Amino acid sequence: MELFDQLINVLASTIRLSVPLLFACLAGLYSERSGVVDIGLEGKMLGAAFAAGAVAAVTGSAWAGLGAAIAIGVALSLVHGFASITHRGNQIVSGVAINFLALGVTALLGQAWFNEGGRTPQLPGSARFLDVTLPFADSLRDVPFLGSIYANLISNQSIPTYAAFAAVPLTWYVLYRTRFGLRLRAVGENPHAVDTAGISVARLRYAAVIICGILCGFGGAYLAIAQSAGFLNEMTAGKGFIALAALIFAKWRPVPAMWACLLFGLLDAVALRLQGTVVPGIGEIPVQVFQALPYILTVVLLAGFIGKAIPPKADGIPYSKDR
Amino acid sequence: MTAPAPSGSAPPTSAPPAIELVGIDKRFGAVHANKDINLVIPKGTIHGIVGENGAGKSTLMSILYGFYSADKGEIRVDGKPVAIRSSQDAIAAGIGMVHQHFMLVDVFTVLENVILGAEGGRLVAKAEARARAELHRLETEYDLAVDPDAVVETLSVGLQQRVEILKALYRGAEILILDEPTGVLTPSEADHLFRILRQLRDQGKTIILITHKLREIMAVTDHVSVMRRGEMVAHLTTAETSMEKIAEAMVGRHVLLEVDKGPANPGAVLLDVSGVSVRDKRGVTLVDNVSFQVRAGEIVGIAGVAGNGQSELIEAITGIRAPTSGTVTVNGQPVPADPAKVRDLGLAHVPEDRHHMGLVLPFEARENAILGYQDDPRYGSGLMQDAGAILKTCETQMAAYDVRPPTPRLRTSLFSGGNQQKIVVAREIERDPKVLVVGQPTRGVDIGAIEFIHKRLIDLRDQGKAVLLISVELDEIRSLSDRVLVMFAGKVVGEVAPSTGEGEIGLLMAGVAKDRQGKGAGA
Repeated sequence: MELFDQLINVLASTIRLSVPLLFACLAGLYSERSGVVDIGLEGKMLGAAFAAGAVAAVTGSAWAGLGAAIAIGVALSLVHGFASITHRGNQIVSGVAINFLALGVTALLGQAWFNEGGRTPQLPGSARFLDVTLPFADSLRDVPFLGSIYANLISNQSIPTYAAFAAVPLTWYVLYRTRFGLRLRAVGENPHAVDTAGISVARLRYAAVIICGILCGFGGAYLAIAQSAGFLNEMTAGKGFIALAALIFAKWRPVPAMWACLLFGLLDAVALRLQGTVVPGIGEIPVQVFQALPYILTVVLLAGFIGKAIPPKADGIPYSKDR
Repeated sequence: MTAPAPSGSAPPTSAPPAIELVGIDKRFGAVHANKDINLVIPKGTIHGIVGENGAGKSTLMSILYGFYSADKGEIRVDGKPVAIRSSQDAIAAGIGMVHQHFMLVDVFTVLENVILGAEGGRLVAKAEARARAELHRLETEYDLAVDPDAVVETLSVGLQQRVEILKALYRGAEILILDEPTGVLTPSEADHLFRILRQLRDQGKTIILITHKLREIMAVTDHVSVMRRGEMVAHLTTAETSMEKIAEAMVGRHVLLEVDKGPANPGAVLLDVSGVSVRDKRGVTLVDNVSFQVRAGEIVGIAGVAGNGQSELIEAITGIRAPTSGTVTVNGQPVPADPAKVRDLGLAHVPEDRHHMGLVLPFEARENAILGYQDDPRYGSGLMQDAGAILKTCETQMAAYDVRPPTPRLRTSLFSGGNQQKIVVAREIERDPKVLVVGQPTRGVDIGAIEFIHKRLIDLRDQGKAVLLISVELDEIRSLSDRVLVMFAGKVVGEVAPSTGEGEIGLLMAGVAKDRQGKGAGA
């Protein structure tokens, strides 16, 4: 029973750790399915996290913080869109620029406004998204196995967490069942086909990067005002890049994206748990081993060992009418 | 022969013409792409538009389909003026287009491709059901069968083209523009396409066929309009004209359609291909045990539909790719898997795709004139290049091959397709090779330049060089070659004389090999 409890604990922390990955991964999915490579997920999430932390601290409202995070996420996305869609610039360069911009500006403004070394003030519970307890969670807690799973895994999560997991089937539906999704997938594969069908390539791609910005906003807000009680310098810590790795791992599909993010979240959770523990015969396992695993797995995948990951054909290629 | 009445040659009919273009004018910077174009296309006819590359036919069709808008002029559909500012407007006006490069999403099913942009609602399920029913109707009405659930990339090129036609018809197109539709088809697929086009015409649709193949103009059109340097220079009724007359109108002078050549005088074997096979990374056999020889003083042609292993065979012969098995020798020396060393053996190569392999488009012409030969001591030594010598080489080649404009410092991408090809051909032939491997020498090249390039190839043969010609243009193969090998699915499935009928070669190209099967393998 104790082992089971430990397992539940690890899984609960897996879910918590995979939420920002999932938001960023789905954000990247929309963008890249439309043909816009987004290496700036990290920067957008960081900018959004700062906006969430700062606005929540000033207004005392978590919702205002979320709104600010989304606004910043979308604004940075539009910068990326303007560079890469309207001006057909290099999407990698634009994305990297956004990462650096967010890194510098958040630290600078944080220090200038709050004087706490770049962090935003510690938030009270009322200005955060706290874990919600679902109905009957407490009364079912003592039911063996299922009760514990319900009470500790399914219940006791924050609103953004539910939003993240709800976004997965929603994205699947949008992508495969709606007109918008059909066009989105088409524009990432062959924008010429979309253009000759009388649909604006630029408008579709802008729609995609805006959705990307909104999701990055959620991811950033989760980090700053749900998981933590305020913004910390560089608090995304590479999650935007791991999300990109998960996206490749999932071959740009929503449901596998969720599993990939959960897998990477699990590695993170295990790393935390094993921190400092001594494994007989091996000794203390450095945390870095687990931190590196998502990247190693992705490299292995890309080397073709797990299967071929073929990106949308027009991913990263600016569209111009003449070929 | 020159332009009759500017209003075109439409017979007087009571119904308004399907399309009427009045005074269409378009400039791109200094280039006057369309000059005061007038064109009348009667309803229910097949109308051919021919012209050399850069004559302005693509621009004109792009204006009609809303890709560009004209600077001046009016488009009338069914007698009513329409403003076509986007593809959407064109579709709404009942104009559909089958592009030369298919506008299909490869990973989508036929159904998804057909409904894209014409979903008629926010959800795709209903649109798919509607399209499925409509496709079934079109299939029976026009002999356009294709599996609606097949993924497009698994379909043959001919079927993909059918999907393009279905897309246009599904959008209610009454006027169908086809841009070079037969470039990728086998002769029998092309015949099938023409049957479909005639059927569509008989049902009252209007077809505009853009092509450079005069044979097709003669075979399928009712009227033909000829463009030259941005102008409409002739409107002809197909039944009352001839290929020679059309060609003359296109070029503005008399052209030889038949290649003038004497009998071959084969000498020693210069290129020997023996049991060459090529497999790709997945283990798929692309070239299957191909053997043949090319002798000094002969042109051997390899015919076949694109994608039957010709490209890989060229790569193996020219050292770009090492064959999985078998050997290639040039002048008795085995070919290493290194194009530079193969060149040193006396083999020159005009690649099939000049944009990807033959030229670096952003480079200036003079740089492309020595591409691949840049280490030649004539062009400099050590780390330094001799700019003067390079410029002089380029000027000489441009003069000898009539490259226009003769400007060595012009960016290569700014030359027309024909002139780009001349730059490549000049570079390779002027090196005085023993063996010349030429892939698609006249793809996207205008008639005047084709005549010129063909003549050069014959000259080369008569000088005692061995020429291997790979082309998907059967006419070209038949008129230039002294012997013809046919490739299908990676194999040489037959060797025929160039005088063999198109039908018989066509059957071999389609893999319907008869008694000749296997004969070519030992040739």
